[in-house]
Amino acid sequence: MAAPIEVSGSDTEAQPESVLAGVDRKKIQGRSLGQIAWLRLRRDKVALTGALVVLLLILLAIFGPYFVQDPLKYNQNLIDPTYNRPKSGFWHSGISSEHWLGVEPGTGRDMLARIVHGARISLLVSFLATLMSVIIGTTMGIIAGFFGGWVDYVISRAMDAFLAFPLLLFAIALVGVVADDAFGLSGNNLRVSVLVIVIGFFNWPYIGRIIRGQTLSLREREFVDAARSMGARNSYVLFKEILPNLVAPILVYSTLLIPTNILFEAALSFLGVGVNPPTPSWGGMLTLAVPIYSSDPMYMIIPGMAIFITVLAFNLFGDGLRDALDPRSR
Amino acid sequence: MFAYIVRRLIGAVLMLLLVSLVTFGIFFWLPKLAGQTTDQIAAGYVGKAPTKEAIQDTKERLGLDDPVLVQYGNYVKGIAVGRDFEAGPVTDHCPAPCLGYSFRSSQPVLETLVDRAPATASLAAGAAVIWLTGGITVGVISALRRGSLWDRATMVIALSGVSLPIYFTGMVSLQLFSYSVEIFPGGGQYTAITADPVKWFQALVLPWVTLAFLYAAMYARLTRAGMLETMNEDYIRTARAKGLPERTVVTKHALRASLTPIMTVFGLDLGLLLGGAVLTESTFGIPGLGRLAIDSIRSGDLPMVLGVTLLTSASIVIINLIVDLLYAVVDPRVRLG
Repeated sequence: MAAPIEVSGSDTEAQPESVLAGVDRKKIQGRSLGQIAWLRLRRDKVALTGALVVLLLILLAIFGPYFVQDPLKYNQNLIDPTYNRPKSGFWHSGISSEHWLGVEPGTGRDMLARIVHGARISLLVSFLATLMSVIIGTTMGIIAGFFGGWVDYVISRAMDAFLAFPLLLFAIALVGVVADDAFGLSGNNLRVSVLVIVIGFFNWPYIGRIIRGQTLSLREREFVDAARSMGARNSYVLFKEILPNLVAPILVYSTLLIPTNILFEAALSFLGVGVNPPTPSWGGMLTLAVPIYSSDPMYMIIPGMAIFITVLAFNLFGDGLRDALDPRSR
Repeated sequence: MFAYIVRRLIGAVLMLLLVSLVTFGIFFWLPKLAGQTTDQIAAGYVGKAPTKEAIQDTKERLGLDDPVLVQYGNYVKGIAVGRDFEAGPVTDHCPAPCLGYSFRSSQPVLETLVDRAPATASLAAGAAVIWLTGGITVGVISALRRGSLWDRATMVIALSGVSLPIYFTGMVSLQLFSYSVEIFPGGGQYTAITADPVKWFQALVLPWVTLAFLYAAMYARLTRAGMLETMNEDYIRTARAKGLPERTVVTKHALRASLTPIMTVFGLDLGLLLGGAVLTESTFGIPGLGRLAIDSIRSGDLPMVLGVTLLTSASIVIINLIVDLLYAVVDPRVRLG
C-alpha cells in the first residue's frame, strides 16, 4: 500500500525557477504503515477515549486491589435486617463517604473493593483467553490458508464444526464438570485456568477464519512470488513475508475479541460457573442482584455499568484501531 | 442441486455425531481425566447421601464401567433403531429416535424436549422478526446518510447495545416496565400460545425487545458496513448510469448484495437461539430449552444435556443448510455445486 505523501519540515530545496522564489517548498517524507495508523488514530477522539479508559482499567485491575478495602469484610451494622438491604444512602445503596459505591445487600461488603477485585478477574480471564484464541486461531488460519488442499479442508471443516457448537452450554458443562481439585490445581486458580481454557478454546475459529482469508490472498501477492523466485523457502515466506502483513488484523481482532470474552466470562459467572464465591466477579454480583434489584437497584446497576463501560471502551478502541489500520473501512 | 442437498445432509449427520461425541466426552471422559473414579461419577448421579448399593446400581444402569466409546455407541444406536433399558425385572423399550431417559425425572428426554421447545421457539421467532427489520433498516439508513447525526447517534446506540450483557438489560427493562410502571407482566409468567394468545404475547414483549435489541445492534453495524462497501461497487455506478431510480439501486442492487453475509450470521444466530436462549430465558423465567439445559447441567442430568445440545446443533446445521440454499435465490452470482 502506498503511504500518503505528507508534507512536513521546512528544509527548502534548490529552486532554479525564479518564479518560485519566496514560495515555501517543504520536503516530502514517506511514512510507514504504523506511522500512518498512529496519525489516524491520534485524530480519532472517540477511539482515544476508549484507549484511555482501557489503560485506566488495566491499571485499576493491577494496582487497585492494594488501595481498596477488604472485599470480604462484613459490615452487617450497615444492613437493615428487615429488608436485607443497606440502611442508608441513595436508593438504599449504602453509598457514603466510607463506601463510595455503597455496600452489598445482606453482607455489607464494600462494593468499590468488590468491583475493583472483579475487574482483576474479568480482565485476567479475558486477556489470557484472548491470547489463547489468537495463538490457536492464527496458527490454524495461517496453516490452512498457506498450505491449502486437504489441510485447508480439514481445518476449515473443524472451524465450521466449532461454530455449530452451542458454546455457552458447552462452556457451562465443561466448567461444571471439573471438580474442585484437578490437574494439580485447586480453588480459584483451577477455576480461572478452566475459564481461560474453555473461553479461549471455543473462540479461536472466529479469528482463524479471518487469518485464513487474509493468508489466502497474501499468498498470491507479487512480493511472495518475488521472494519465491529468489529461492525463498516456505519458512522464510511464512515468517518474513506473510506474518508481518498479518500483524494488523491480528491486533485489531484481538482488541475486539477481548470485550466478547469479558461478556462471556460475565455470563458464565452470572450462571454460577465462574470463580468461586466469595471471590468477587461482576457476573456473580448480577446473579446476587436478581432477587433484590427492585428494592436495591444500585446493586444491579453498579456491576452492570462496570461490565458496560469496560466492554464499550474495548469496542471503541478496537473499532478505532481497525479504521486506522484498514484504510478501506469507514 | 439434489446432490448438493444430499451431500450437505450427510455432512450434517457427521457434525451431529461429532457434537454428541464431544458432549459425551465432556461428561464421561473429562472427569476421569481430572482424576475421578467411576464410583465418584456414579455418586454424582445418585444424589445426596449415596449408599454403596445405589452407586453400584447406578454404575450398572448407566454402564459407567464400559469404555466411553462403547457407551457412546449404545447411545447412537438408540437414536437410530431404539434401545431397551433393563429397569429391574421390567425391560422398557424406547423407540427410535431414543434419546434416553432423564436421570432425575425418569421422563423420556424426547418428550421433555418437545414439551419445552415451543417456549424457546416463540421467543426466538418473535425476537428475530424485530431484530431483522429493525437492524437492517437502521443499518441501511445509516449507510446512506453516512456521517449524519442519525448515523452517528444510531451507531453509538448500536455499539452500546452490543456492549451490554443481556441479563442486565433484561433486569433493567423488567424493573422499568414491569415493577415501576406496570405495563408488562413480570418474569416467570410465560403462558403457552395455545392456552391464551393474549397472555402469551404480553409475557413475551419484554423478552423479545430485550433480546432483539442486542441482535439489532449487531445487525445494524453489519448492514451498515456491508452497504458502505457495496455502494462503492462498479455495478452500483452502472445501475445509476442506466438511470435507475435511487430507490431501486439501493434495494434491488446494493441491499441484495449486502444481505448474503447477514444471512450467514442470521443462520448461526437463529439456530443457536432455537436451541435455547440460555441467558434470556433465565432472566425472564421462560421455561424453554435454555432453562432446561442449565438446570440439567447443574443437576448432572447427562441424557437431558445431550438431548438439548444435539437439538441445538441440529437446528444450527439445518438452518445453515436452508441459508445456503437461499443464497442462490438472493445472490444470482452464487451457484450451488
